Amino acid sequence: MSAFEPVIRVTGTGVAVCGDDIDTDRIIPARFLKCVTFDELGEGLFYDERFAPDGTLKGHPLDRPACAGASVLVTGANFGCGSSREHAPQSLVRAGFRAVVAGSFAEIFFGNATNIGLACVRLAPDDLADLTARVQADPTLPVTVDLEAMRVEAGDRGYAAAMPDSARTALITGTYDPLAELLEGLPQVRATALALGHEVPS
Amino acid sequence: MPEPRSLLDKVWDAHAVRTLRSGQTQLFIDTHLVHEVTSPQAFGMLRDLGLKVLMPERTFATVDHIVPTHTRVEPFEDPMAAEMIAHLRRNVAEHGIAFFDVGSGRQGIVHMVGPELGLTQPGTTIACGDSHTSTHGAFGAIAFGIGTTQVRDVLATQTLALSKPKLRRIEVNGTLGPGVYAKDVILHIIRTLGVKGGVGYAYEYAGDVFDRMTMEERMTVCNMSIEGGARFGYVQPDATTVAYLRGRPYAPQGADWDAAVERWLAFRSDPGCRYDDVVEIRAEDVPPTVTWGINPGQAVAIDECVPRPEDVPPGERQAVEEALAHMQLEGGQPIAGTPVDVAFLGSCTNARLSDFVAVAEVLAGRRVHPRVKAIAVPGSEHVKSECERLGIDRVLKAAGFEWRAAGCSMCLAMNPDKLVGDQLCASSSNRNFKGRQGSPTGRTVLMSPVMVAAAAVTGVVTDAREVFGVGREVVA
Repeated sequence: MSAFEPVIRVTGTGVAVCGDDIDTDRIIPARFLKCVTFDELGEGLFYDERFAPDGTLKGHPLDRPACAGASVLVTGANFGCGSSREHAPQSLVRAGFRAVVAGSFAEIFFGNATNIGLACVRLAPDDLADLTARVQADPTLPVTVDLEAMRVEAGDRGYAAAMPDSARTALITGTYDPLAELLEGLPQVRATALALGHEVPS
Repeated sequence: MPEPRSLLDKVWDAHAVRTLRSGQTQLFIDTHLVHEVTSPQAFGMLRDLGLKVLMPERTFATVDHIVPTHTRVEPFEDPMAAEMIAHLRRNVAEHGIAFFDVGSGRQGIVHMVGPELGLTQPGTTIACGDSHTSTHGAFGAIAFGIGTTQVRDVLATQTLALSKPKLRRIEVNGTLGPGVYAKDVILHIIRTLGVKGGVGYAYEYAGDVFDRMTMEERMTVCNMSIEGGARFGYVQPDATTVAYLRGRPYAPQGADWDAAVERWLAFRSDPGCRYDDVVEIRAEDVPPTVTWGINPGQAVAIDECVPRPEDVPPGERQAVEEALAHMQLEGGQPIAGTPVDVAFLGSCTNARLSDFVAVAEVLAGRRVHPRVKAIAVPGSEHVKSECERLGIDRVLKAAGFEWRAAGCSMCLAMNPDKLVGDQLCASSSNRNFKGRQGSPTGRTVLMSPVMVAAAAVTGVVTDAREVFGVGREVVA
């Protein structure tokens, strides 16, 4: 089992994709789910928001030249609602994002994202509005998501961030992929299965 | 006296293997359902790690998302669809997993197949790489959607790392009006509590409205729990649940049956158990409900007008403007009368036998409006053959609906069934997100199957009670 790099601090530039309830169909349209690996998913990120049907750019924030290389996505509440497709956080990671700062997250998206090491933190509404405005005004502004301090720093401004303890601990200690620990529990898994009345091959 | 416990408490406790270092629970999954779209990478990861499927007899697979519904002749036109299905066939064969393939008589949308076969049982935990796994909560199961990395976790360990949610009891009491269906109940709940209202919660649906519902109606409600933000929702198992399961292929048989029933009913929430929140809704307040916007919470009664941006709190104004622009609606206009291009009867929300029976009753002797393309997609091969045995397919076809083979179809448009351009679809499915039905500019109006039938016949979003005289005395 390979060890995973701890995710303690993410520093980079930010890009704001505004709006609440941004669903996973919008993050990665279903046609991009026709794949048997996740490798190419970065190209489908927010595709229909970014490209008109004729392939021309619609002027999405992700396509502002000044936002190229951004690694912190700043967005609204209930980010990632809808489908359970892990392709959504996979496409963010493959497009270079290492952290998402939002008003809140839909539950399945949050689990899928943190399981692959994408840091997802919440900000209070006023702080989120302030960060959004600053990132929009200056796409070169360095943004740091600090999971140890539970803060988001943007230039000379800082905000208190929030995240469930379990996910925070897992990211900081590099144990966000739960498989190794789940496998350690196999003797107890068999015991639970037996107690539930299942036949368990030895 | 032991502390009274909810069904959630009981199922969680019985399946908790241990507490993980993160504080999450390692939770045993009784039944794992797999389909072709979210599983290939999981099997690939397993292979890369040199792991095998721990309990292959606890995983069941079918094809639904990508499978075409207009033809069953292989090779399928879409080479990527063919490849994904080939991957699944190879993976289930390699790992010894039961597979309900096209033509087996058991293929269908994974959330229809589980209940039909009796795989979905009270007091169990069920996971699947699909958010509408919440459907199985209708049986008093804890059933939820997972990502692909978690599909790998279940395959390798039959467990997941999870945090227990809070519990909200949603009580609906009273009598639903004529022409008001289970779909309206859940759309009304989501409209009332919002699309993020359920985040962090499980929903326990209770009250005499749910007590009287059939299993198929309960499935429609639980299916859309996730649209309200709740990862899962459930109805307590009762005599209706037990009667539904009796005799199903995977239900316990013979001497095991009585013991199973006793065990299932013991999972019911104890009187006086603790809820983190309780919401009460009067059945009489639930209207036939349709969506007007781009999430399932943006809904109105069929006789209401869509909101104007200036009527909503400032924080919501932008969302309303965005939704109105996408839907090409003016704030303040009645939703009724909106022209419809496509009528879609299908999806894991509303493609069961009872849905098609209800639609056939109102469609007999009527014709689909010339402007409307109407398709009916049974959720499973079983539903398809039952409809054909009862002559329901003939009624639908005579009315002008295309009668298709089983699959997810235009609910998420991963197969050839898609909206074109800015077509507006009256849809019995569960999501009206931008682009959901296959065209980035396509528009979706969610509603009950009978309302879809009314839209198909009139060519506009309309009140089925008026079109069909639903609820009035009908001379047989």
